Amino acid sequence: MSKDMSYNAVMGRRNDIMKKAVGLDYEKFESKGILFDYDAMMRDTGYSLQEIQNIQEETGIGNTPIYELKNITNLARKFAPKGKGARIFIKDEAANPSGSYKARRAATSVYHAKKNGYKGVIAATSGNYGAAVASQAAMLGLKCIIVQECYDSRGYGQPEIVEKARKCEAYGAEVLQLTVGPELFYTFLKLLEETGYFNASLYTPFGIAGVETLGYELAMQFREREGRDPDVVVATNAGGGNLTGTARGLIKAGAENVQVIGASVNLKGLHMASDKQFNRKSFTTGHTGFGIPFATWPDRSDVPRSAARALRYMDRYVTVNQGEVFYMTEALAQLEGLERGPAGNTSLAAAFALAQEMDKDKIIVVQETEYTGAGKHIQPQLSFAKDNGIKIIIGNPEDEVPGENIVLPRNPSLIKARDLDLNKIRKSYIKNCLANNPNAEITKEDIEFLAEDTKSDAEFIKSIINELKEN
Amino acid sequence: MNIAKKGDWVRIHNIVLTPDERAPQVPEDTKKVPLEMWDKGFLLNDEAKIGEEVEVETYIGRTIKGELIEINPFYDHDYGKCVTELLYIGRQLRDILKDGESNE
Repeated sequence: MSKDMSYNAVMGRRNDIMKKAVGLDYEKFESKGILFDYDAMMRDTGYSLQEIQNIQEETGIGNTPIYELKNITNLARKFAPKGKGARIFIKDEAANPSGSYKARRAATSVYHAKKNGYKGVIAATSGNYGAAVASQAAMLGLKCIIVQECYDSRGYGQPEIVEKARKCEAYGAEVLQLTVGPELFYTFLKLLEETGYFNASLYTPFGIAGVETLGYELAMQFREREGRDPDVVVATNAGGGNLTGTARGLIKAGAENVQVIGASVNLKGLHMASDKQFNRKSFTTGHTGFGIPFATWPDRSDVPRSAARALRYMDRYVTVNQGEVFYMTEALAQLEGLERGPAGNTSLAAAFALAQEMDKDKIIVVQETEYTGAGKHIQPQLSFAKDNGIKIIIGNPEDEVPGENIVLPRNPSLIKARDLDLNKIRKSYIKNCLANNPNAEITKEDIEFLAEDTKSDAEFIKSIINELKEN
Repeated sequence: MNIAKKGDWVRIHNIVLTPDERAPQVPEDTKKVPLEMWDKGFLLNDEAKIGEEVEVETYIGRTIKGELIEINPFYDHDYGKCVTELLYIGRQLRDILKDGESNE
């Protein structure tokens, strides 16, 4: 008898499909109520940091260079108060095979899939991650399917996503492209069921453990060249994995005092699943459209429990505007001779502003870059924005309205890192936890878990729960 | 060329969900349009015209069906048009560094 392939039937089988496709039984980390055993889940990959470093070395991942951005630092000091203007560094993750840090995130999954006899890997991604999985699969001789959300209903695709499709095909992957909508997950599940391939999800412990090497390596590199840990590391934040993995790696290196700051492009007001708004944004990732929903409910991902939990590790969360990131992308090329993709420069724009708050002898690190090329470059992205009716203005970034205009700063002094209220985001996460466990009696253990999962304390959690219950 | 022969590299298109089959949480504008998909493969039919329902073998070897829409599909994304608004940035940055507009 053939299986029912309707939307509801396939979604109904999601847990079974996922169990086979990730080879991880998430049930065993669950207890009654809100909490789950995050640390046990992260240990359950079965790979130590050292082993993951070895796996990554086999495919040429890691040991990416660190550059001191002396000219951009000098530029920041032109606008900083006296004695301020920290040294800005960048970790050139574009040097990884496939051109971004995502190679780290893909490596363990693809290795694990191969070791466990899977014939291929599947990933749902429109970004650098697809290229990374396809590249790793090519090296290990596995088949690869990448599922992309690429077009609006007019058939217009973001040039950056189209370029990513090309790159995946270059590595021998099949690329299945879809129009906008969360039902991408339905197509994804059908493919997993049909092929029996491994789900190389961005959000498994394998993926996040793979990013730990970035944070660890970064700490070691700074100890070698500067004799100390950096003061601040800025990570572009979307689904939370980049920040989570980097922070965990720093902690594993003993660099526990490094302040970890998340940065996202401000896309306030744009709905990510809207057909009409899909092409009114100029960033396909690293933006608040992913950053906020994933911070406030990480378990919305394509696995039962996400290993990417940004709130757990974030000390501060700032936004920058699209025009500011484009400006800094140009600055990186023009002042430092480094032409890199725009999305990775989100944290650079933030670091440029943050450095101006910090003393001159402090160190702030932008922990990634990404490759650039046709489609994935400020010129085609701004051309595309214009074609979609977005106005390009030179002016004050404060006047930028996502989906309507992009404001290139008239002067770099106008570039700002705007703080989001982390307590508000924490509260929203706690609210989601309560809503998803409506009948749970909240235990002491739940409160401890929530305190850890939000980098706060039991008192804060209790006060928020009381406040939510009163309303 | 509107006729593809067996073994030709082609692009196909399908409707995955019609508007009334779309998920409940989808925004209104998205609910009005179908969920569409595109994929590529080598044509398995002996011959087919654009617009016909065909079967293809994808690059990794899956067999799938869909409407034939393109023969020898290619990418034409590029470096875009000249975005004149960007031209001031490099000169401005170099001027500031040289002349020191500054709080120093």
